Amino acid sequence: MNQKKYWKSEVELDADNGFVTDLQHKEFVEKLPEDAFLGDQKVMDDSKTNRRDFLKYVGFSTAAASLAACEGPVYKSIPYVVQPEEIRPGISNYYASAIADGFDFANVLIKTREGRPIKVENNNEAPTNGHANARVQASVLSMYDNLRLRGPQYGGSPVSWSTLIEQTKEQLSALKDADAEVVLLTHSFASPTTEKLIADFLGQFPNVRHVVYDALSDAEALDAFEIAYGSRVLPTYDFAKAEVIVSVGADFLGDWQGGGHSAGYAKGRIPNKHHGKASMSKHYQFESNMTLSGASADVRVPSTPATQKQVLAAIYGALFGKFDTSALSKKVAAQVNTAIKQLKRAGKNAVVVTGLPSVDAQRIALAINELLKSRVIDTQHTTTIRQGNPSEVAQLVDDLNSGAVQGIITAGINPAYSLPNADSFSAAISKAKFSLAFGMKNDETASLAQWVAATPHYLEAWGDVAFKSGHYGLTQPTIRPLFDTLQFQDVLLAWSGSETTYHDALQSHWKSNILNGASWSKAVHDGFFVGQSPVANTYKDNPADAYNTLAGAQDKGFSLLLYSKTGLGDGQQANNPWLQELPDPISRVTWDNYLTVSKSDAEALGLWNETQSDGALNGGLAKVTVGNTSVTAPVLIQPGQAKGTVGLAVGYGKTAGIKSEMQVGVNAYPLYKNLSSVQSVQIEAVDGVHEFACTQLHNTLMGRGDIVKETTLEIFNTKDRSYWNPVPVVSKNHIETPVTSPEVDIWDAFDRSIGHHFNLSIDLNACTGCGACVVSCHAENNVPVVGKREIRKSRDMHWLRIDRYYSAEDTFEGDLETVDQINGLGDSLTTFGEMEAPSENPQVTFQPIMCQHCNHAPCETVCPVAATSHGRQGQNHMAYNRCVGTRYCANNCPYKVRRFNWFLYSNNDEFDYHMNDDLGRMVLNPDVVVRSRGVMEKCSMCIQKTQKTILDAKLEGRQIQDGEFQTACSSACPTGAIVFGDINDKDSKVAQSKESDRMYHLLESVGTKPNVQYQVKVRNTETT
Amino acid sequence: MTRFSYRNVVPSHIFLTTLLALIFSSFVGAQEPDIQKGKSLFNANCAACHKLNKRAVGPALAGVSEKYDKEWLYSWIKNSTAMVKAGDAQAVAIFEEYNKSVMTSFPQLSNEDIDNILAYTDFTPPAPAVPAAVATATSGGGDDTSSTFILGVLVLVLLMLIAMLYMVNNTLRKIAAANGIEIVKAEKDKRLPLWKAYVQNSFLVFVSVIFLLLSSAYFGYGYLMQVGVDQGYMPVQPIHYSHKIHAGDNQIDCKYCHSSARVSKHSGIPSLNVCMNCHVNIAEYNGEEDLEKGYTKEFYTNEIKKLYKAVGWDEENQRYTGETQPVKWVRIHNLPDFVYFNHAQHVEVAGIECQKCHGPVEEMEILYQHSSLTMGWCINCHRETNVDVANNEYYTKIHEELSKKYGVEKLTAAQMGGLECGKCHY
Repeated sequence: MNQKKYWKSEVELDADNGFVTDLQHKEFVEKLPEDAFLGDQKVMDDSKTNRRDFLKYVGFSTAAASLAACEGPVYKSIPYVVQPEEIRPGISNYYASAIADGFDFANVLIKTREGRPIKVENNNEAPTNGHANARVQASVLSMYDNLRLRGPQYGGSPVSWSTLIEQTKEQLSALKDADAEVVLLTHSFASPTTEKLIADFLGQFPNVRHVVYDALSDAEALDAFEIAYGSRVLPTYDFAKAEVIVSVGADFLGDWQGGGHSAGYAKGRIPNKHHGKASMSKHYQFESNMTLSGASADVRVPSTPATQKQVLAAIYGALFGKFDTSALSKKVAAQVNTAIKQLKRAGKNAVVVTGLPSVDAQRIALAINELLKSRVIDTQHTTTIRQGNPSEVAQLVDDLNSGAVQGIITAGINPAYSLPNADSFSAAISKAKFSLAFGMKNDETASLAQWVAATPHYLEAWGDVAFKSGHYGLTQPTIRPLFDTLQFQDVLLAWSGSETTYHDALQSHWKSNILNGASWSKAVHDGFFVGQSPVANTYKDNPADAYNTLAGAQDKGFSLLLYSKTGLGDGQQANNPWLQELPDPISRVTWDNYLTVSKSDAEALGLWNETQSDGALNGGLAKVTVGNTSVTAPVLIQPGQAKGTVGLAVGYGKTAGIKSEMQVGVNAYPLYKNLSSVQSVQIEAVDGVHEFACTQLHNTLMGRGDIVKETTLEIFNTKDRSYWNPVPVVSKNHIETPVTSPEVDIWDAFDRSIGHHFNLSIDLNACTGCGACVVSCHAENNVPVVGKREIRKSRDMHWLRIDRYYSAEDTFEGDLETVDQINGLGDSLTTFGEMEAPSENPQVTFQPIMCQHCNHAPCETVCPVAATSHGRQGQNHMAYNRCVGTRYCANNCPYKVRRFNWFLYSNNDEFDYHMNDDLGRMVLNPDVVVRSRGVMEKCSMCIQKTQKTILDAKLEGRQIQDGEFQTACSSACPTGAIVFGDINDKDSKVAQSKESDRMYHLLESVGTKPNVQYQVKVRNTETT
Repeated sequence: MTRFSYRNVVPSHIFLTTLLALIFSSFVGAQEPDIQKGKSLFNANCAACHKLNKRAVGPALAGVSEKYDKEWLYSWIKNSTAMVKAGDAQAVAIFEEYNKSVMTSFPQLSNEDIDNILAYTDFTPPAPAVPAAVATATSGGGDDTSSTFILGVLVLVLLMLIAMLYMVNNTLRKIAAANGIEIVKAEKDKRLPLWKAYVQNSFLVFVSVIFLLLSSAYFGYGYLMQVGVDQGYMPVQPIHYSHKIHAGDNQIDCKYCHSSARVSKHSGIPSLNVCMNCHVNIAEYNGEEDLEKGYTKEFYTNEIKKLYKAVGWDEENQRYTGETQPVKWVRIHNLPDFVYFNHAQHVEVAGIECQKCHGPVEEMEILYQHSSLTMGWCINCHRETNVDVANNEYYTKIHEELSKKYGVEKLTAAQMGGLECGKCHY
């Protein structure tokens, strides 16, 4: 008999191994989680349904379902009784409006269909703030929030508006008669009419004090400007004019001072050649957290807040004649020296900005710009979109607790959540004799107030805003209020005993104070109005004392930098699933906030991150302590985080007025002491594991040059295209032939010279990773939200993602050199192994990736049912009704842009996001089908939009002009990084960009011939 | 007997009126008003707002000359606004009574014309009392019963015949038995029964199995292919709206009501205010009747009342009450969600007649789905139809290049890319 012993693993040879004996007896060593899917044993035993019954039910329901499927349902169509003139079914109407929610301020266009708003678009005609960021893009969904207040309440039960107004007025009058102080606590309105109404109200009730509270404060910048120029406002900036930008801790591409700077910035960042030489602005960034601005910067220096202060002092000193960089480390000093040199050279075309929460730092920055005579900063057109006064807010909480203030009215804010001393505030508001909260949600503050006044969403309301002096925006309702709501301003008017509505008050205020004879109707139509030029502000500060304080700044232990995320901002839209699912541009984490730590600090503190075998990310927990307040947050090791600093985003951890799915993250506001974004903290590791839902891990490009192509301005200007943007070659008959040549193509090219041929061009130089395109794509194409659990399984549905890549060396150039120097197999293995980890201070690029619409598409050839096919206009079509869900196409796609519907995401309680209720479904675009379970979907290049443009031209019998063709992403892009158009129209922008030297295709060597082009990223490394 | 007498009433009545009219015209001469002229003048000028026996926008006009002085009527008809302004008591009263709606002035009418009109309004013959419906309803009742009776008799006779045959057979057998004649049953045929022979012939079995399979596949396929195809779907609508009367008899253009077909993807079901453009004046139906189906004038008029109820129109006082009840029409043409169809593209750009897809709507008393609306049906049309490129600048360049490429003068929708999946599915 054969005595040979076969073994599967050498472990089996070890007879003592208990594992082996276990395996012999059962297939699975570990206990299978049967309970998880079979449920409670007791329930199973008690059940009266046996196997036969079960089969009967299954049989019956299958038969019933198939019979029911044969009989078509009866659809009812209910026309209007009297159809409004402007509504034609199937045709979109656009209304200009403006958002001003206290955090985001923008001029927008609202697209409505059959009377309901479905999308926010940029208002490209507006001279200021005409761009909607990701949050503003998503704001339309917040209107259809199922948890909004349905009407006014008293003590938690519904009351009528007349009761609320009468009784609160009586209470206010009683308090007035008793001479008891009442505080009106609001966010910054920056609304001329509202401010007038508040002034009138205060005139009638002299016992009321108005306190402005911004959840995220810019008080130091306001105070500094007041010292320097005399009024407590903020200057405005036009980065398009900048040749040299030095940012010291200011994320000006993010939410710094209200945001909205990226469009101007991008204008100076595109290196177009004039007379053979291109120029672009140079951007230095000294910062602690890795921000959008740091990612776009030419030179990014990770530095602690104290170092940043010293950098500011050094720059000021150098301009003032006291050159001293001795306090700085060598590396930082070197960069500061070149920055100073370039600042001096650029003079009035340079600007220094800072985001440090220090009046001294802000004063020095203003002083530097004054010395430079900077044209970038505008101290005449100032803005009031941030007015918050933290000391008054702190005083208010004390006064409420002591009983000095007996009544409180809040409007548009949620201090019981967002104040650092929210507990103290909550205790105080309960003590108040009179409390009234204006808001859209039954949030933390509203649930404590006696009276709750339900306010409409901005899409249902009237309003105005002054973006900066002389530049106004108008908010107009685009739908009748969904619920029984009244605007704060209407209640103010009612209290004042006025019969007029806010709309009338607004109109009369504009006619008498703003329009100066111009047409009101035109202002409403445009959504904006540019009025008279303001008076000049004169500089009158002597910041010598500030210079001394900054020069002597020292770090005290770890510094925590609190920041607002691209998705949630200050957190008022936390119940918006689009924003929760929007990956953070830097960390690519969804549905969470986390403590960002540098790698070396993490090792020293015992903090960790771990990638699971399925690609999901886990992280340890850390306890962050400021004074006697602690918060335990998950840890994310962030390349580029300055040593000695940690970062944590606010806006998460809400618990009231928010669906349980959206109650994610930790509330960082308790650490926001004195409303200052920099805190000195203690950090210790805590046991526990946190599961992240991260769409891209922190891996690097590993020197692969065919995904992101980068070069420097010097090379771009001096070398030939073939050096910095070579077309890959393949060998045919021992001749190196470019892959673009038909010689090496196994496909016959289709003639696309007739009709339209759509191309999408993405300029990596202009993309700042802001994410507006991602949300816009969500809204336009009915992309479902899948939730944290599914994202963790890599089942995200984003048609458009913005990939973020780090370099392994300090620059991508360095990576390419490292790869070039690899010698032999052993070396390559070790070198590539090392290159997987990003550098401590990596370069970052963003790359928006959607379906590349390949002319020679790998997905099309593998589809067994021909559900995906090519159109003559360059689009790769996807017929959902034909798809049977084999997923071959996704496997064969080199760009990984195809998305599979693992579940039915609409009308499914398992996915309780906006598509699970009637209200949330109102945001769906009727021109795009909602996909069902089991089909593949992907970017269609917004074919519904191109078809609409073509049809409009046919109906009007005309040719199509360049710029008419748009996709959701191209129309949302604030920086013009995404350009869409017809390349058969030789004069179009996209046809020209196709001919540009910077143009390349993603993974060109594969030979897919995509219709999406990318423009090589150029970094300005010039030092003179 | 009564039946016939009823039928006689109508012609005699008509005869009587014509006789009256004749007498009127011949005896009274040229000075006297002409009723026929009056009728045509009335229909041309007055009927939009006035009815003879019923209040409309304006008062009922039968016997109006008895209510008012003739001279007053002349000036009222020629310029009522001036009279109201002048403060004429009677004029102001009417103006107030009829919701202050201004009556059009008719300065072009001469006094004679007005006399003719008044003659017509005074001399309307009363409507014929009872229509001949009763006569038709009773006819044919006897035929039904007689045919069942005859059938019954036939069955009886047949049964009797069977019984008789059986009895004759029995008797003959008995006689044969009595005569000692043995009836020998024919010897059983040794041949195989047909079915056994068939079973043993494998070729035949094979052929018929193939045949069975093919035919069941054919019919099965046919059955499955019509699942979800609602051709001929003719639901009952909440208001019996006859496209035949509107688009057929009255020649109303489809796009008068379905106006958004010109600009939008939806053809649109007209809102009720569009109906009221005409029906504010048309309160009752006076067209042809189809008595067999019960579509009488009363039936149609009743449907118009349903419209009034839905739109909140108070017929008595000729004003909107504001109490509306939107009509829940049953949608007939349902495309699945995953298909994008645009009416404007087909109706306005391509200039296709509505009837091409919707069939002879102008003949449909009740609207039904005429075409199958399947993808094959769409594709066929796209393959066969030439694109109308004339006078549309959008097509100029693309048509020139494409016709050069294909070497043809006319291009079908398919050649223009009308068969691509993504053009309709997204």
